[in-house]
Amino acid sequence: MSKILIRGAKVLGGEAQDVLIDGATVAAVGTGLSDEGARVIEAQGQILLPGLVDLHTHLREPGREDSETVLTGTRAAASGGYTAVFAMANTFPVADTAGVVEQVYRLGKESGYCDVQPIGAVTVGLEGKKLAELGAMHDSAAGVTVFSDDGKCVDDAVIMRRALEYVKAFGGVVAQHAQEPRLTEGAQMNEGVVSAELGLGGWPAVAEESVIARDVLLAEHVGSRVHICHLSTAGSVEIVRWAKSRGIDVTAEVTPHHLLLTDEMVRSYNPVYKVNPPLRTERDVLALREALADGTIDIVATDHAPHPHEDKDCEWAAAAMGMVGLETALSVVQQTMVETGLLDWAQVADRMSFAPARIGRAQGHGRPVSAGEPANLTLVDPAYRGVVDPAGFASRSRNTPYEGRELPGRVTHTFLRGRATVVDGKLA
Amino acid sequence: MMRHLISAADLTRDEAVRILDTAEEMARVADRPIKKLPALRGRTVCNLFFEDSTRTRISFEAAEKRLSADVINFAAKGSSVSKGESLKDTAQTLEAMGVDAVVIRHGASGAPYRLATSGWIDAPVINAGDGTHQHPTQALLDAFTMRRRLVGRDAGIGQDLAGRRITIVGDVLHSRVARSNVDLLHTLGAEVTLVAPPTLVPVGVETWPCEVSYDLDSTLAKSDAIMMLRVQRERMNAAFFPTEREYSRRYGLDGDRMAKMPGHAIVMHPGPMVRGMEITAEVADSDRCTVIEQVANGVSIRMAVLYLLLGGNESDAPNPRTEEK
Repeated sequence: MSKILIRGAKVLGGEAQDVLIDGATVAAVGTGLSDEGARVIEAQGQILLPGLVDLHTHLREPGREDSETVLTGTRAAASGGYTAVFAMANTFPVADTAGVVEQVYRLGKESGYCDVQPIGAVTVGLEGKKLAELGAMHDSAAGVTVFSDDGKCVDDAVIMRRALEYVKAFGGVVAQHAQEPRLTEGAQMNEGVVSAELGLGGWPAVAEESVIARDVLLAEHVGSRVHICHLSTAGSVEIVRWAKSRGIDVTAEVTPHHLLLTDEMVRSYNPVYKVNPPLRTERDVLALREALADGTIDIVATDHAPHPHEDKDCEWAAAAMGMVGLETALSVVQQTMVETGLLDWAQVADRMSFAPARIGRAQGHGRPVSAGEPANLTLVDPAYRGVVDPAGFASRSRNTPYEGRELPGRVTHTFLRGRATVVDGKLA
Repeated sequence: MMRHLISAADLTRDEAVRILDTAEEMARVADRPIKKLPALRGRTVCNLFFEDSTRTRISFEAAEKRLSADVINFAAKGSSVSKGESLKDTAQTLEAMGVDAVVIRHGASGAPYRLATSGWIDAPVINAGDGTHQHPTQALLDAFTMRRRLVGRDAGIGQDLAGRRITIVGDVLHSRVARSNVDLLHTLGAEVTLVAPPTLVPVGVETWPCEVSYDLDSTLAKSDAIMMLRVQRERMNAAFFPTEREYSRRYGLDGDRMAKMPGHAIVMHPGPMVRGMEITAEVADSDRCTVIEQVANGVSIRMAVLYLLLGGNESDAPNPRTEEK
């Protein structure tokens, strides 16, 4: 049966409508659509969104298959309502050649749960010294359009300038992990009141803000577009707002955890809260929410960073940085942005699907829910309330900061080109 | 009493005074021909040192032996932070061996807290210094030294340090001693002033219960005690201050400065001292300098802490682990 009728869902949070999927395509959107020959999904009260797109995912394969693989990562993505993810380049080997990005791309195709668009490294080995073969990665089967040394900052101003200029030739974008390296030597958490008390090395906000300021000016100077990864401070928001007002072609992302959690969590010394950039203050969190609402921050990206248990079950200083996020992102956005009245569901669709697909030039994703479009769709039950239990995660790793926390909303169905990858909240 | 001693901030005023009072009793043991109490006979205490510290380890070991505990010394230098799991593994090994208390020194801030709260181990944990976070027994021995000198050995029993003015000078940023002392001295009613170049004061210090000054000279006349912190020479290469000489001129304690202190005021140092830079020999060797007393008092304080945490008084210091046995 290739026809599916989703009956009575609120499309992008609007009026309840029926959506008929035929094969890989949305065949019709309307009311009272015939269910003849179709499997029917009763979706009253649920929200139908375009399949979510994550511009910032760590799939760990190749190299750290003990943390995650393309298969387990894309299963996690489907569970979270995603139909496309951009896989960061900091694998082993680094995704800095056509060969590696094609491998990741192929593994994504084989997984079948979610489209995987590899991100290419900006510099060879993420070392910040020499440009990687950006053109070859773009020309490869993977068709790379986003380049990032994420995990490390492209801190050399000349290398950053050249990368920004170079990718213009094929419409690429450089996604910057903004972290001034000298200012963050030995950094363990946000620098401020809590770090002073805990005696943990501080990661000052200015280390992020100074790089963003430099990069938007570079982007302006050479007429390129730049994307800022995981903005985490109120000051970064101000700089991006200023840059946009000046007409600079900058886009920015925020992670779900920076919309919800603060550095107060670190008082537990539990490394599950150790992440880069670090959790900031309440004031930063509120500024990030406002900026996502008013469009200064364009998108939500998960920075899904799976780590095996042993890399977190240790003392803080020895622990790896990062949190898993694919399976909880939409719930956190619902809690922090929708239930606070800052965003409606149509705007959630923009921040989590349309805009990230546009920034990353993802083909066939982030499309309107209308006839003739690819049937990449996500159905959400916003009334659901549940306690996060990482034992049920599809991700291979369990390093979630939300364990035991109640979060709203649940992805009930995900469709990738008309094929259900999630049915009734379970992987198909 | 509390179950673990992780941070000086965890102690109430009454708990802290009780430790100081108990330490006075313990100090009397040191005056006896046979310096030993049977209090912890049959108990095993492990000194788990992931970071070198001969002075602190020996002090704990002396305290443990004077209380008749069986002592295991475990030096795991360097093996930890490179692969953090070893802390958990080590803890569980000790647990399996039936250790009754763990004294831990670790280069990573928060490691003792993790050890005490992660379910890796059931025994009481005593923090013997973690990263740049806390060193609570150092703060207690400092407070003990101040109480003896400023209030009196016998007059001090039951007393705190209300109204005493304590100045802590030097590398506050990297100092677990400074953090612990600010917390404990505030709890004990003292007024604390931190003095350091701005580069060696942590961002966020404004929430601490103390004053901050960049000028040593202006604090001398109103200090009942001046505590000098050690400045590690590698800080110079990291541009925290221009030169050793400039640091010494602005923040070093010499005879001229000591002369500006009130007559009763004491000079303290957690040791080891960098003579000539942070403190001159003239000051270090004067009878106002309490460095040697601090070392002796450290043993008494650690005896008191071990005694109280390990059920020296079973009636109000229950230790579930020992009751199970």
